[in-house]
Amino acid sequence: MAVVTAPKPSEELISIDKTSDQLDTITLRIARSNPAAGHETTYSEFKVPVKKWTTVLETILYVKQNLDHAVAVRYSCRQASCGSCGMKINGKPSLACYTRVSELHSNVITVEPMNNFPIIRDLAVDFKQLISNHKKIKPFIIREDSEVTPESKEFIQTPKDVEKYLQFSYCIKCGLCNAACPTMATDTSFIGPQGLAQAYRYVADNRDKGKEDRLKIVDDSHGIWRCHFAGSCSHVCPKGVDPAMAIQLLRGYLLGFQK
Amino acid sequence: MAERLSNREGIKGMANPTRYGIERVAYWLQRLTGLGLLAYLIGHIFETSTIVHGKVAWDKMLEFTQTPQGHIILTLVIGMCVFHTANGIRVMLGHGGIGVGKPGQPEYPYKAASLNYKQRLCIWVSIGLAALAMMYGASVLFGD
Repeated sequence: MAVVTAPKPSEELISIDKTSDQLDTITLRIARSNPAAGHETTYSEFKVPVKKWTTVLETILYVKQNLDHAVAVRYSCRQASCGSCGMKINGKPSLACYTRVSELHSNVITVEPMNNFPIIRDLAVDFKQLISNHKKIKPFIIREDSEVTPESKEFIQTPKDVEKYLQFSYCIKCGLCNAACPTMATDTSFIGPQGLAQAYRYVADNRDKGKEDRLKIVDDSHGIWRCHFAGSCSHVCPKGVDPAMAIQLLRGYLLGFQK
Repeated sequence: MAERLSNREGIKGMANPTRYGIERVAYWLQRLTGLGLLAYLIGHIFETSTIVHGKVAWDKMLEFTQTPQGHIILTLVIGMCVFHTANGIRVMLGHGGIGVGKPGQPEYPYKAASLNYKQRLCIWVSIGLAALAMMYGASVLFGD
């Protein structure tokens, strides 16, 4: 009879064999804080077993299920569609459900709440500012004949027309771009890459007639002119939205370089 | 307190050039060289204003620019000036939407078109030009 023994937890750097389903153990450091109660940030460490496809979110949920139920984390779809589980993983804003432990090449993983968002508790942050900035840029098609009537016809767009904005419509509002932005780090009133990219998404849509309104909103000292094209937003975007490109194209539009 | 509650990274986060690739390093260098050039401009105004205190003060100031420390400062100023200009042109064109790529269907692994090889090449060229200018400047300054 074959005897299966569990491998010993390794303290070495993880080098997980892509063909293996073997267990390994990592140390998960979770930032714990409750600013509303005046608690300073501390780090709790947990030993978590992982396999080759284990995601960081799964390690956090393992901790919640088996080691500490009190860890606060926001998550939902587990497939990079809802944008709920954004957090700082080993110092970089990422989606926990979209980051495999094996790709971090470390047996110690530190998860912290995203920067530039107020902390609610532990890893859960407050999205009020992001949502309010998103609403501010009027994220909907503006036109007088948008009401559907029996005489209505569909707005016909060519694939070329769609291509101008489709990429930017993939935004899942995860907030990673705002967490990575160097301007967001210091300017509390900045609209942020998420809002500015969404402004361009509608400006580039040929069905929309609200360009002037939106351009007035972003043409502000805390608006588009505060972006300095550091590109960090596009570096961390998990959906390929490329907010840096949208912002530069929008600014080009304002400056008259783009049509 | 407010900073802690808002969890903003602040100037420390803004000035951290790591984590986000060469574009963030270029952003950091652009700011750093901008501040350096501003400091040089103030120093330069101070230097030239010494002439109002007479020839002795002016000669004393000129003597400083002929010291090794003065040469090092001028070499750094040359490097800062060249990098800030070259990278500044890249950034200004980018701000007009030039050279940032075209929107399209994003495909896994979602490489951002705005962080394309042209942008990276321009950053490296700016760094290279600054290094070359510094080497030439140092050879002229220290060669005398």
